[in-house]
Amino acid sequence: MTSYDKRFSGRKFDEMREIEAKVGIIKRADGSALFRIGDTIAIAAVYGPRELHPRFMQNPETGILRCNYDMTTFSVPERKRPGPNRRGVEISLVTEKSLLPVVELKQFPNAVVDVFIEIIQANSGTRCAGISAAALALAHAGIPMKDLVAAVSVGKVGEKVLIDLDKEEEDVEDATDIPIAVTGRKQDITLLQLDGNVTKKDLVEAIKLAKHGCKKINEIQQKALKDAYKSEVKNE
Amino acid sequence: MNNDYILSLIQQDKRLDEREFDQYRDIKIELNVSKNAEGSARCKIGDTEVIVGVKMDVGEPYPDNPDEGTIIVTTELSPVASPLFELGPPGSQATELARIVDRGIRESKALDFKKLCIKEGEKIWMVFIDIYPLNDDGNLIDAAVLATLAALKHAKFPKLENDKVVFGEFSNKKLELEKLPVTFTFGKINDKILLDLNSKEESVIDARLSISVYNGDIHAMQKGGDKSMTLEEIEKMVDIAIEKEKELRSTIK
Repeated sequence: MTSYDKRFSGRKFDEMREIEAKVGIIKRADGSALFRIGDTIAIAAVYGPRELHPRFMQNPETGILRCNYDMTTFSVPERKRPGPNRRGVEISLVTEKSLLPVVELKQFPNAVVDVFIEIIQANSGTRCAGISAAALALAHAGIPMKDLVAAVSVGKVGEKVLIDLDKEEEDVEDATDIPIAVTGRKQDITLLQLDGNVTKKDLVEAIKLAKHGCKKINEIQQKALKDAYKSEVKNE
Repeated sequence: MNNDYILSLIQQDKRLDEREFDQYRDIKIELNVSKNAEGSARCKIGDTEVIVGVKMDVGEPYPDNPDEGTIIVTTELSPVASPLFELGPPGSQATELARIVDRGIRESKALDFKKLCIKEGEKIWMVFIDIYPLNDDGNLIDAAVLATLAALKHAKFPKLENDKVVFGEFSNKKLELEKLPVTFTFGKINDKILLDLNSKEESVIDARLSISVYNGDIHAMQKGGDKSMTLEEIEKMVDIAIEKEKELRSTIK
C-alpha cells in the first residue's frame, strides 16, 4: 500500500482511540489499574515493596522493580497458549526498563516491587497499554515516583505517519510500528522499539506525535488518580 | 487480622462481614468481557473476581469417542490476583480448580459432546475454557463455575471454512448448554459449616467441600483441607446446596 489517505476507523492521523483509565480495580493488590485504549484492555497489579526471593537476587543498596507482561489466552482471535513465550519475556523486560527511570526504590533495600500486567482483550498497542496501566498502578500503590509514564504506539502506514495503530492498520503490508513511552513532565523517552522501515524524518515526526499523545494520556492518568482519592474521601 | 478473632466470632455463630453461615456474598455476573473470545464472562462474589474466556478450535476426536467433541479447562492463577500466587507453570491449586470446573460440566453432561462432532472419527470441536482469577478474596471455585457457565451459555461457534476456523470471525450458531450445574463450596471451621468463605475465613479452614448440583442431583464433589468431615456434616452441606440451587443459578443471565 502506498497511499493511505483515510484511516480504516475514520480517525484523524493524530487521533488516538477512546481511552479509559481507572485505579483500584484489584482489591487484593497494593496498587492496581485498568487502562483501555479502543478495544485493547490492560490491567496491572502492584505487590510490594516486599521481601525478594530468591535471596541472592536481593540488593542491599536498593529495592528492585520486576515486571511481568502476559496475555489471557482468549484475548486474541487465535487462542494463545497459556504460559510465557519469547514475546512476553521481551515485553516484560522493556516494560521494566520503561518504568525504572521514574521509580525511586532506594529506600527499600533488599525488597522487590512486583508489577503484573494482564491483557484482557487485545487489538494492538498492548505493551503500551500495559505500561500506561503499570505506571498508574505503581502510583496507586504509593511507590515513590519522580513522574508518571505514558505509552502509545505510533507508526507509518502507507506514506502516513500516525498514532495508535489498530490491528487492521498493523496488518497492512509494510506498516511500521513504533511503541514509545514518555515521562509526564520532561517528556523523556523511556521505551522505544521499532519494526518496519522509516526515514529519520518520519521517525522524528512519529516521536513528536507520540509525545503529543502521551501528554493526553498523562492527563487521563492524573485524573484517574485524583478521582480515586476523591471517592475515597467521600466514602469515609 | 488476627486468626483467633475470626475463630472466636465463628464460635459465636458470627462472621466477619455479618453474613449468615449459609449466605453468599453479593454475586454479579457480566457477559462479553473480552471481544476476541467465542464467549466470556466475569463473576464477582463480593470482592472475589474471576474472568473466563471460551475459545474453540477444530481437532481430532479421541479414538474411543470418535463422535464426541471435548472440553479443555485451564486455570491460570495470575499473580495479579493475590500476593500468594506466583509466576510459573500451573501448580496443584490451579490444576484442582480447573478439574473441579471440568468435572462439573462433563459429568452433568451440561454440554452434549456429540453435538460438538463435526465429522465422525475425523473432526470435532475442542472447547477451551480458560479461567483467570483477577482478585482472590476466597471461593474462587464457585466464582469460576458461575463465570464458566455464563461464558458457555452465550458462546458462539467461530466461522468455519473448509473445516478450518476463520480466526476473528464468529458464526450465528450458539453453543448449546443443556444444563446449568452450579457448584457450592463449603468450609468447615471448628465444627461449624460455612458457605462461600472469604480469604480470611479460608486461612483458618479445617476442611472444604465443593458440591456440583443440578436438579437435586450431585454431579461432582471435591473435598479439600487438612482435616476430616463426618457424614452428618456432608449431608448438611448437600441439603443446603440442593435447597439453594435455584437461587444460585438465577445469578446467571
